[in-house]
Amino acid sequence: MTIGEQAGSPGIATRRSLGQRFRDALAPILASKVALVGLGLVSFWILMAIFAPLMTPYGPLEQDPEAMNLGPSAEHPLGTDRLGRDLWARLIYGARTILVLAPLSVLCALAVGTTLGLVGGYFGGWIDEIVMRILDAIMAFPVILLYLIIIVALGPSAINVVIAITIAGAPGIARLVRSLTLDIRTREYIAAAELRGENPFYVVFVEILPNARGPIIVDAMLRIGYAVFAIGTLGFLGLGLPPPAPDWGSMVAQGRHYIWINPWAVLWPSLAISSLVIGLNLFADGLREETMRYQ
Amino acid sequence: MENIKTPVLRVENLAISYKMRKGEVPAVRDVSFEIYRGEALGLVGESGCGKSTVAFGVVNFLDRNGRILNGSILFQGRELRGRSEEELRRLRGNQISMVYQDPLAALNPCLRIGEQLSEVLIVHRGLSKEEAYEKCIEMLKGVYMPDPEAMMLRYPHQLSGGQQQRVVIAIALLNNPALLIMDEPTTALDVTVEAGVLDLIAELRREFDTTILYISHNLGVIAYVSDKVGVMYTGEIVEQASVEDIFLKPMHPYTQALMRCVPKLGESKESSYLPPIPGRVPSPTNLPPGCIFAPRCDHARESCRQKHPELREVVPGHFICCHFAEEIAEAEWQPPEGLVPELTTRGRRENASEPILQAEHVKTYYKQRGKSLISLFGLGKKQYVKAVDDVSFELPKGCTLGIVGESGCGKSTLGKTIVGLESPISGKLEFLGFDILAPVVKRDKRLIKELQMVFQNPDSTLNPSFSVGYQIGRPLRRFRKVSRNQERKEVIRLLNAVRLDASYYNRLPRQLSGGEKQRVALARAIAAHPKLVICDEPTSSLDVSVQAAILNLLLDLQKEYDIAMIFISHDLSVIRFFSDHVAVMYLGKVCEIGPAEAIYSPPYHPYTEALLSAVPIPDPSAEQKRIRLGGMVPSALNPPSGCYFHTRCPRKLGDICEEQDPPRQIAGKEHYIYCHIPLKELCKMEAVVTLAKDTKGNS
Repeated sequence: MTIGEQAGSPGIATRRSLGQRFRDALAPILASKVALVGLGLVSFWILMAIFAPLMTPYGPLEQDPEAMNLGPSAEHPLGTDRLGRDLWARLIYGARTILVLAPLSVLCALAVGTTLGLVGGYFGGWIDEIVMRILDAIMAFPVILLYLIIIVALGPSAINVVIAITIAGAPGIARLVRSLTLDIRTREYIAAAELRGENPFYVVFVEILPNARGPIIVDAMLRIGYAVFAIGTLGFLGLGLPPPAPDWGSMVAQGRHYIWINPWAVLWPSLAISSLVIGLNLFADGLREETMRYQ
Repeated sequence: MENIKTPVLRVENLAISYKMRKGEVPAVRDVSFEIYRGEALGLVGESGCGKSTVAFGVVNFLDRNGRILNGSILFQGRELRGRSEEELRRLRGNQISMVYQDPLAALNPCLRIGEQLSEVLIVHRGLSKEEAYEKCIEMLKGVYMPDPEAMMLRYPHQLSGGQQQRVVIAIALLNNPALLIMDEPTTALDVTVEAGVLDLIAELRREFDTTILYISHNLGVIAYVSDKVGVMYTGEIVEQASVEDIFLKPMHPYTQALMRCVPKLGESKESSYLPPIPGRVPSPTNLPPGCIFAPRCDHARESCRQKHPELREVVPGHFICCHFAEEIAEAEWQPPEGLVPELTTRGRRENASEPILQAEHVKTYYKQRGKSLISLFGLGKKQYVKAVDDVSFELPKGCTLGIVGESGCGKSTLGKTIVGLESPISGKLEFLGFDILAPVVKRDKRLIKELQMVFQNPDSTLNPSFSVGYQIGRPLRRFRKVSRNQERKEVIRLLNAVRLDASYYNRLPRQLSGGEKQRVALARAIAAHPKLVICDEPTSSLDVSVQAAILNLLLDLQKEYDIAMIFISHDLSVIRFFSDHVAVMYLGKVCEIGPAEAIYSPPYHPYTEALLSAVPIPDPSAEQKRIRLGGMVPSALNPPSGCYFHTRCPRKLGDICEEQDPPRQIAGKEHYIYCHIPLKELCKMEAVVTLAKDTKGNS
């Protein structure tokens, strides 16, 4: 029922100011407590990453042979690792890499997956058949195996991590976008566009894509969480960023050997990974629930 | 005598509100009515007026965000408000039954019909399986279900829409409920099926003395089933009286306006005008302080805008919520000035002009993959759905061809074939002398520009992501109608042409009402000045008052831009009103085609006759022949031999109908009937509908 429809009189100009648009976009987030908690966790890490040099006097690679494997203290709030590096400094500098790599890799996966899904869903026929069968083949591999194969083949580096996550993530996105496209394709405004003789790529990217954005954004939020996970895993397996770099996954891997002497070195990066992933998931869930509620 | 008895249902000052993000929305305010045993009360009103909310409120079955604020609901003298969920649940199955709009949603798709029917008796009555089975068979016979034993074993998807609704009604009646609430039970059905279900409801009332609360937006249906009628407007009952009083002597300005804006069967654009109701329904969050109808009322005065009128009994048994009901009832309604001369110019132009569109033996088939294993590899026998099967017609310039038929008759496919969204497999299709058999992607841009379409669903006809201005401007840019700097001006001119002002330029579709969206879609379709516009049910999802405005607008635009139109609709009254020529379709074939007035008077094709006899007419005094079609519409995958209509035809001659294609008989100037019955016989038919007021009938 559309009781809430605006009964605005036609005389009122309806161009809304930028501030109001921003507030409108924010409304569903503010309405959901779950989304707010998620947003809080995520923005904590974003702020720490941005202002990392202000948050700690130490550098992430600075070693102190005097202070190895220490617990939390006034000088080192979270303690130090086996080389005497400050854990807090390594965590917040590590957040910088992970918060760039994870969204970047999801963005790449989105670009590839969305294009394939849109093209397959709109054109149908043998194009769809070929695209979807190839993606099915990729999805048939266990994700972790896929990461390992790609990284081992290309060698560990930040770019290759992005490539691996793109290849592993694109099929899932393509499937989602394809199903959205199949639905939107039947809407009458698409027929109207076709009746104007529009170029198929105009129909796909201008008429269809903007209307599929809601579910794609929510899915992307969840995927950033998975990407954080994946980067952590690759780091733990020694396939992430090469050693001295402060990578959360490799921090866990290195601390693992001293876990009985210094559990803090394992605990903090693990907590960091899970808090960021949980934050992203809560945010995505809250957003989805809130946008679905009044439909 | 009836006043002594307690009413089965008595609702007093009922108020219901919904909680939305923006706050509480009062959906129903101060609604009171009572229904006595054996009576049927019809609640009628446009969408969003709260009629369904009342029905759900009575059994406290509101959505989670709905709440009854005030009032009392007395069922057989006992208060229903404040009962526990458990008590209400028992009551709902036992004493009060409900029938909703979509029968397929009411039936469980994975249980057999028999299980669903007997469950009611086993759970509520505690009968044994065998006893329940017997009763169910009896009930299915009661709702005129053919072959009830076999039906008991079927699943819901194996029944037709009308049969499904019969099953739902049977389930509702099994416990012999004291009150039956029906919420638009026939809205999703075709007219011929609807007529059958409405007959059934009338029959049940005679037989079981059932008390019914009937909700519908369709004035014709309400006139047919109810004894008393309540007219609702934005959450209030504005008029309540017996069915005769409401339809023959309506006193509230809203009811009167509602009656006037529905085309009556037989009225045409030359003979009558549909006055739309100005303005739009106020939002329940922002109601006018005085009379809620005042902003749209022709008779509104200063006092109307300040003081809210009470529902009062003006004539015994006739309740009206209006300050000046007596005066308004007295005064004859005058059509707005300048209208009468305009009507004559709306008439048809000379048909001497060249046809703009010619179709000959057009066939559009859909390929259907067989179900066998071999067909998986493309080896099986190919089957075709014959959506459009051998259709021929001509459309003169500037004229309107109406295509009418029930769902699945191929009328939309025909429209899509003409614009090029579907490709015909054979036939000849010429537009302005150019061959247009090719799909739209292969057509020349200049040809594309001349052929545009208006769609049915206002919610999906506009792209929700773009502003109104952008969407109207797009065809202008595509077809380079105006230079870039003139574009905005031209869009605003088009907006004005569809009676919207410039402030709509930056609005998004979600900020518009259904009628406004359809106006924008119209502006978009005519932006490039096409020669032919195909309107595929452009008004069927709109309220009647909005429909009137859109129909008038279409007529004006047609005249102004000299557009030929193909108007597709299932509504025979609208088709008659709007079209110069009419084609009646059944199962992909045209069975009768000709000038509109010839189609609606004898001689008829037997199918046309049946269709006309099924249309619900909002006039209790009209006489209508009763012809009901039996059986199901055959599948277009495997249509019957000979005349496609022979399986259901009440006038079937014999073997000839089953064996030979019906010949084309010339019944008059440009009037063709495809039937085996000799023309002489067809000419002897009587008119199906006779309105009491003018005995000329529907000619």
